[in-house]
Amino acid sequence: MGGFESWWEGIQQQFYINFIQDDRWKYLWNGLGVTLQLTFCAVLIGIVIGVVLAMIRSTYDKNYAQMRPGVGRGILRILNILARIYLTVIRGTPVVVQLLIMYYIILASSNNKLLVGMIAFGVNSGAYVAEIVRSGIMSIDEGQFEAGRSLGFNYVQTMRYIIIPQALKNVLPALANEFIVLLKETSVAGYIAMADLTKGGDIIRGVTFSPFMPLIAVALIYLVMVMFFTFLVNKLERRLRSSER
Amino acid sequence: MNDNTALIRVEQLQKYYNGGEIKALDGIQTEIKKGEVVVVIGPSGSGKSTFLRCLNLLEVPTGGHIYFEGTDITDVKTNINIHRQRMGMVFQHFNLFPHMTILKNMIIAPMKLQGKSQQEATELAMRLLKRVGLESRADAYPSQLSGGQKQRIAIVRALCMQPEVMLFDEPTSALDPEMVGEVLEVMKQLAKENMTMVVVTHEMGFAKEVGTRVMFMADGKQVEEGTPEEIFTNPKSERLRSFLAKVL
Repeated sequence: MGGFESWWEGIQQQFYINFIQDDRWKYLWNGLGVTLQLTFCAVLIGIVIGVVLAMIRSTYDKNYAQMRPGVGRGILRILNILARIYLTVIRGTPVVVQLLIMYYIILASSNNKLLVGMIAFGVNSGAYVAEIVRSGIMSIDEGQFEAGRSLGFNYVQTMRYIIIPQALKNVLPALANEFIVLLKETSVAGYIAMADLTKGGDIIRGVTFSPFMPLIAVALIYLVMVMFFTFLVNKLERRLRSSER
Repeated sequence: MNDNTALIRVEQLQKYYNGGEIKALDGIQTEIKKGEVVVVIGPSGSGKSTFLRCLNLLEVPTGGHIYFEGTDITDVKTNINIHRQRMGMVFQHFNLFPHMTILKNMIIAPMKLQGKSQQEATELAMRLLKRVGLESRADAYPSQLSGGQKQRIAIVRALCMQPEVMLFDEPTSALDPEMVGEVLEVMKQLAKENMTMVVVTHEMGFAKEVGTRVMFMADGKQVEEGTPEEIFTNPKSERLRSFLAKVL
């Protein structure tokens, strides 16, 4: 029995050193706050970028062929090319590299790491959200569009009042999923020395030289959050399915 | 507008696909006067829906002109959105907005496009709903209604914009047989109130009873045009005779 007791004592001691002593738990707590802030804001930025890109891309796909030659057609073509370049670059490079480029090159003048992180992850997320929203727009029946236009709404008004609300509703579960993915992806924020949850655990490890407790704690916190948000998404999905349409 | 009261004038209307390989509309020429109920009949693929959809430019014609209240709406410089506000359209598949209540479906366009207050728009909408016996469903969502109810709502939604003309694109084709009557009844009412209507339909009874003029189309051409009397009891062309033999 002595073996168990000393093992248990060891655990308690480890727990004390890693979390209680010098209020080290605060690294995790504050890190969690940074992670959540970063994720929420990045998702919001991502949705704004994504909706705009999705509108450009779906407008091009649906209308370019029938459009009369003119300035509008040329602008649409250029916007579509820019959107495609953006999508290709963002989805074709690692998010860590994008984060580093954003911090050391594009926004090198800014000292606000949180802001830089939000923008970097938001810009990254926007590319994925764009494709989600685009699929939502393309899934809306053409008749909805014609009904809007026949009442006298112009293209943008029809998008705004009729198509986008329905498209967003259809892809809400996929968007929530993007949030969950992003929650985990922000764990690389430590690359620009942001004190997020992962970095918090790593700081504790660096001080106490005992990797087990802080890293497992970090993993558990991510896991619980992901499980919680997944639960919410599933609930949301069920409610959307049972509601009208 | 000219003094001959032609609300819509169609000149040499053409709609080609595949660079002229398929001629969905081949030189349609007609005039629709105020208060007329023009019923367009013909076999499927004859171009009658395409013709109707060209009238409010949901389909962009390949050639020809359409004058609405004297304005050439096929002109690139014309802002079609303004003219569409004065042309109501009813679709085969209703196309109600599923994310809005019935009332919202009806008031959104008058509020956003005509600058009506919510109260003003709601008053008009409720008056129209009462006319089609659906005022109790104002707060329901489209999915909670039957097909016939949806189509009646679609009609009054278009009426909320107080249009000069109503375009009907096979309004009863997607309905269960027992619901056709209630929709036709609303359309008859409209005709009685002197609404100008262009109706694409397979309902020959409606064409006979309500139509002031019947247009028979086949292969993208208007083969025959005349009063219901002339078309149904005294068809001139072989094409129309064989069509009528099949549908009557």
